Amino acid sequence: MGRIVVDVMLKPEILDPQGQAVRGALPRLGLDQFTDVRQGKRFVLSVDGEVTETHLASAREAAETLLSNPVIEDVVNVHELTTDEPEQAPITGAGA
Amino acid sequence: MKIGVITFPGSLDDADARRAVRIAGGEPLALWHGDADLHSVDAVVIPGGFSYGDYLRAGAIARFAPVMGEVITAAKGGLPVLGICNGFQILTESHLLPGSMIQNDHRRFLCRDQVLRVENAATAWTNGFEADQEITVVLKNQDGQFVADRDTLDRLEGEGRVAFRYVGVNPNGSSRDIAGISNERGNVVGLMPHPEHAVEEGFGPGLDGRTVFTSVLEQVVSA
Repeated sequence: MGRIVVDVMLKPEILDPQGQAVRGALPRLGLDQFTDVRQGKRFVLSVDGEVTETHLASAREAAETLLSNPVIEDVVNVHELTTDEPEQAPITGAGA
Repeated sequence: MKIGVITFPGSLDDADARRAVRIAGGEPLALWHGDADLHSVDAVVIPGGFSYGDYLRAGAIARFAPVMGEVITAAKGGLPVLGICNGFQILTESHLLPGSMIQNDHRRFLCRDQVLRVENAATAWTNGFEADQEITVVLKNQDGQFVADRDTLDRLEGEGRVAFRYVGVNPNGSSRDIAGISNERGNVVGLMPHPEHAVEEGFGPGLDGRTVFTSVLEQVVSA
């Protein structure tokens, strides 16, 4: 089974209330060095067999039509999820 | 005079919209999201609520419901279409109206009586009002902040397509206090507050909302 990742972010000029809420919460954890937080969306699309160029083209079409709204959002990334890349990127500590 | 009201999974205000149509003197007809047929209605209301749970983006999945293909075609042909709240979001996702809605700037769900100014009293859904008339209807939303790029906003203003504007307070951070807009032809209108909740004595802040529905009946008769 192949997987394709689509990442969508609000356009930089659009206010991100969810990101702002997260930004406001971080200092309460003592993490006060972050000046801004933007929250995006990640979609993982699965296909039978290996990911082909046709699959990627369909994923791009899905990204531009349903998965994002071009008025407020940018598709920042469409790529095949390779086997050595976990579905959820792990949190890595300093120097990892 | 049949006015169709679409029900999606997650619609909340469809029954209120049908009641508003009936009180205004029209014949409401329930339309189903999965049925690609408008059943010869004279106008369509897309009601408020949380279609498909507002998953993905408010209105995004509803835009691809079978009935919406028919609505989009008919709207382009001049059929009066009103989108209220979530219905407004569905109309922007359908590209029948420009711009988009994002979360309120204060991030809270809001429910209040809201004063609006009718900026354009020439659309299919506002012709019963006087221009600059101030009305009070219910406002309740989470994703009610209208946004569009500057060129789009300038075009809406320049073409008189701002139908309703917030008065006194901007409840959600909407660009230029815009509460509702229309398409170029004036048959498609979207607004964030809820006129269908202000049509009956004893329920809601008054009867101002009723004029939205009598307007379209008048328009259909004279068309």
